[in-house]
Amino acid sequence: MAEATKDRRKERLDRGIKVRTDSVYAISHWQEMTYMLAPRLVFILGLLALPLILSFFPYWQRVISIVCIYALLAIGFDFLANHVGLVSLGGGFYVGVGAYMAALLNLKFGLPPVVTVPIATFVGGALCTLLFLPCLPLRGVYFAIVSLMFPLLAGRIIEALDIFGGTDGLLGVESFGNPWIERYLLIGSVLVAVFVLRRLLIEDVGLVFRGVKDNDQAVKASAINITVYKALGVYIASTLGCLGGACLTHIYMWAGLSQFALDYSIIPIAATVVGGGGTLIGSVLGCLILVPISEMLRDFGTLRIAVYALILTAFIVYKSEGLMNYGTRKYEQLERWVRI
Amino acid sequence: MEIVIYGIINSITLTLMALGFTLVYGVSRLPNFAHGALYVLTGYLAWLLLNRVGLYYPLAIIGALALTGIIGAAMYYFVLVRIRGMPISEIIASYAIGLAILEGLRWGGLKGGTFTLPPFIEGSTQLFGVSVDYQRLIVVAAGLLLIGALWLFVAKTKLGLALKGIAQDERAALTLGIDSDRMAIVSMALGSVLAGIAALVLFPLGSIVVEAGYQVLIMAVAVCIVGGLGSWNGAILASFLIGFAQILTVSFIATHYQVVVAIVAIIVTLISRPSGLFGRQKELEERV
Repeated sequence: MAEATKDRRKERLDRGIKVRTDSVYAISHWQEMTYMLAPRLVFILGLLALPLILSFFPYWQRVISIVCIYALLAIGFDFLANHVGLVSLGGGFYVGVGAYMAALLNLKFGLPPVVTVPIATFVGGALCTLLFLPCLPLRGVYFAIVSLMFPLLAGRIIEALDIFGGTDGLLGVESFGNPWIERYLLIGSVLVAVFVLRRLLIEDVGLVFRGVKDNDQAVKASAINITVYKALGVYIASTLGCLGGACLTHIYMWAGLSQFALDYSIIPIAATVVGGGGTLIGSVLGCLILVPISEMLRDFGTLRIAVYALILTAFIVYKSEGLMNYGTRKYEQLERWVRI
Repeated sequence: MEIVIYGIINSITLTLMALGFTLVYGVSRLPNFAHGALYVLTGYLAWLLLNRVGLYYPLAIIGALALTGIIGAAMYYFVLVRIRGMPISEIIASYAIGLAILEGLRWGGLKGGTFTLPPFIEGSTQLFGVSVDYQRLIVVAAGLLLIGALWLFVAKTKLGLALKGIAQDERAALTLGIDSDRMAIVSMALGSVLAGIAALVLFPLGSIVVEAGYQVLIMAVAVCIVGGLGSWNGAILASFLIGFAQILTVSFIATHYQVVVAIVAIIVTLISRPSGLFGRQKELEERV
């Protein structure tokens, strides 16, 4: 390898069509328009059509819902880690809060899913943010450690106090009724989340978020309260997680301690790393790859966690840019070897 | 009296669990989240060598420790060295390796039946009217011995001084010809062996289970954070604080809360005094 690159380097140039689609020439010709729209349409229409294509395999249709739940979590993780600079290893906590909240609202107050899901999403997100508020001054390793503790702590407390059904969990939660509502609710949420977050990041707020990530002292020096922005970031991520959790409860008609489990913390991280951090769509792509693998490995029990852990390690060490960044580079740039 | 004696034993136990973690972090600034996995792995390797290979117990112990040391060093040499200095990747990768080891063991090794290591010396004795088994006394002895040996190693030997040099100022140490990567490998190997020693003296008290890995990781992290990451005095002091707090919770409230105490200690420390009891001021900037 060292031999091969000794006297030559790879040069990267933007493709002409890419440069044209960045400006007003994007609408000059159908080629430019196709070039610009094709990846977006493939993503959106592909996701929308997936349940229809898979309608011959009912088992895999259920998997689509699970993929979307993980995708919501992964989008939240990606946003928080790569755009706000808070690495949250506690995705399970958001799912757990959303799941328990939806289940309690449904069982104790008899509210239908139409009401419980939005309440669990927005109030659950607020609750998570409130609980994380004391930890927000922390960053980097320290935030990661504390956030890792949250789901563990929540599980232990529920177990110890024997509240919310203790170790048995809450049984008999109402289901969505029509499975198509469930699927399209989740797919719609994923699409909306990706769209809204991508818009948000190019607004002024996004700029401040990036500032908080890159140099929080400088943001502070500009008289901007970074804790407020970090809280906002955590609120967005935890809202997505709680939405996933609430849907999960209604899909399985059950809320229990396993919703605070490791799976919900580790798969989104693995998906983000595999898919490509910072792209948001990459994390959805990662979930589309990893969750089906996980389903196929279901018979092997906990081996599947070991498998993603290994995939995750391999990607983070050998291909840390992830699939999406790699794909984007190939799509937008020419590469050629030049002599030096 | 019971509270005092068991408090001391529990505190030393925590120190043992945390020593390896704090050593690796202190030297190479690498939060080794695979610490708990290495702990369980050593127990399992010792069990394998003892029952499947049929070695003598002392030989099995030495073999298991050596293997763990090699695995720790290999983990650094093949994987972690590539992501040195990227804290987030370090955490995720070491955590992922730990998960792979633990869940792999749960799937392939530690299932069906209980796995136990025999205590070094059977039986128990009376100490100020409290009955304590010999194994727990061995834990205390091992803990004190290790603390002493580590102090001697770091203060008196050349390798130990080199480790200390890297820990204090990596760049200055580099100019004096100390290879930072080699020292990091040494510290990983040493940290893994320390995790292994903790496992071998502690596992005879119960059975070898995968959950112990997560528990040890939480405890090690708790002790290190409360004491100030990378500070040994802080780690020892913090393990006494948490150790006694746990014993008090167990005897006055309920056993369930044992882990909760540790986690609450972490959260309170991080919020009120982010650099820990003995953390250096310099680190404050990195944390908050």
